[in-house]
Amino acid sequence: MTEPKMVDVFSDIERETAAVANPAGYAVTELAAENPRIVTLTADLSNTLAEFTEKFPDRYIELGIAETNSVSLASGMAACGYVPYIFSMAPFGILKTAEQLRTDADYNHLPVRMVGRLAGLAMGYFGTSHYAVEDIAIARTLNNTTVVAPADANSAIALIRATADLAGPVYIRMAEAADKVYDQVPSYEHGRWPRLRHGGDITLVGHGMGVGLAAAAAEILFEHHSIEADVFDAAYLRPYDEDALVASVRKTGRVLSIEDHSVVGGLGSIVAETAGRHGLVAALAQCALPAEDLEVGVPAELYEYYGLTAGGVVARALKLVKG
Amino acid sequence: MPDDIRPVAPGTLERGRPATDTELLRRADWIRLQTVELVAQAGLGHYSSTFSCAEILATLYYRALRLRPDEPRWDNRDRFLLGKGHVATGLWPVLADLGFYSRDWLKQFGKVGSPLNDHPNMRLAPGIDFSSGSLGHNLSVGTGMALAGRLSGLDYRTFVLTGDGELQEGQVWEAAMAASHYKLGNLVAIVDANGFSGSGPTSQAMNIEPLGARFEAFGWTVREINGHDIAAVKSTLDTLPDPASEQPVVIIARTRKGHGVELMEKQPQAWHLGLLNAEQYADVVAEITARMELTK
Repeated sequence: MTEPKMVDVFSDIERETAAVANPAGYAVTELAAENPRIVTLTADLSNTLAEFTEKFPDRYIELGIAETNSVSLASGMAACGYVPYIFSMAPFGILKTAEQLRTDADYNHLPVRMVGRLAGLAMGYFGTSHYAVEDIAIARTLNNTTVVAPADANSAIALIRATADLAGPVYIRMAEAADKVYDQVPSYEHGRWPRLRHGGDITLVGHGMGVGLAAAAAEILFEHHSIEADVFDAAYLRPYDEDALVASVRKTGRVLSIEDHSVVGGLGSIVAETAGRHGLVAALAQCALPAEDLEVGVPAELYEYYGLTAGGVVARALKLVKG
Repeated sequence: MPDDIRPVAPGTLERGRPATDTELLRRADWIRLQTVELVAQAGLGHYSSTFSCAEILATLYYRALRLRPDEPRWDNRDRFLLGKGHVATGLWPVLADLGFYSRDWLKQFGKVGSPLNDHPNMRLAPGIDFSSGSLGHNLSVGTGMALAGRLSGLDYRTFVLTGDGELQEGQVWEAAMAASHYKLGNLVAIVDANGFSGSGPTSQAMNIEPLGARFEAFGWTVREINGHDIAAVKSTLDTLPDPASEQPVVIIARTRKGHGVELMEKQPQAWHLGLLNAEQYADVVAEITARMELTK
């Protein structure tokens, strides 16, 4: 077995692999060819937009390492009819600019898009300053903002397309460590969660890398333990698919949420709030990051450490089902 | 109430509209009077920081800005952003007077459901180009609007009025850097340098001087004027570089917080936020009205 190593997350990518290695850059470049009002902005992250800058040099605006300025400036452009996509590292793109996103983009219902790259623990090795594990908790309290977390590269392309024409802001949370879930670009309905598997024993919901983990765990649960899981791609976190969640939990009575986000405020909280609001009697559990100081290391090792693996999800699910 | 200064023509209000110094000074005093009335109605308000920029607001709206009150979202209008959003009270009567909305709206000021709030909301009030309230944001927003203008090939100008205390926000300097980097000669910042922020003298809290040298070092064209000298305000706005030019402009307007009302000039900080009692209200209205009578 090879030792897990840190991947160079910043390297520029080849065109042939762009849709897989850099789906957000690929999808936005594709949309920009049809919509001249699309512009891109980065805070020193131009290497994710190599193709865009080549094709549309005037519509690419580099703003240097100044995230707060980027969000307010993008809001100003949006107020003049443009659709700005800000490419930023998730920890800085959301956490540092939460107030600008709220006051300038969200309160004014402006079509600003924040593409938060390297969310969760994707930059594990760099240290906790580079983690974005509170971002969904913040973003989903913004009343006019749509929050999506793609499961893989095809999912990212689909969600960027699906949210392109929304009148309000969009936060696109990019999880770089995701396993492939979709062979082709899927189609999403606004606020709906695609069901990946039917089952009556337990509900598995995940976003980002959690979707692949849920799908893989469901396979193992069925093959080795005859447990049938209802599996959802919780790609939309605001608005989210309350109907699908409630119907599934009524059926299974057990929910396990899987996400590379804090146990506070993310998908796990969405599940708990929904269960409480609907008076559902259900057992809830989370495969997520604990609400405490996190360890630093190579992402693959961190995922292992925090149980964000198919094996980790299986173990947690078994505990939930068998008590 | 002297509302009879100059009737407003419909259609496009062009840049450089005729207005004498006396008319603009009277308009500035009219803004002060209207502010005093609106604050009385609401029960609390920002007097002295509105008074420091009354001449600037008057000259912008009754001479310098290119506007279409009957088409507030017209894409080639000049933009005006109220970075120091707490002086919106002084802007509401101006926008009503120019025909952006009915004067009746003013009667709802400060009430639940009113589109006119203490800080401006672009979604509620026609004529507001961007919401404000959180200090330090609007120079960035204005930089985005100026960039959008360049990209669209439109020749509108974007003006951003900031307070001097607001310049303590780091984001302002991120924007200042970006505006000169992108050579935005269509962007004009006006600093209402009244020397005070909410709790005391600005530079006592955190020194912001030398302001001119700082903006110059960031690549801006700097004009420094007395913000109550109406001829200076007018000529500075009349002689702005062409919007196609390559350096953003900052007008540092040295002003007096509470200008035009003796009570507030003496205690500018005490009247940052407050409410005049009945006696003070009568005195203040009399003081301003008497001055306006002289030039009627």
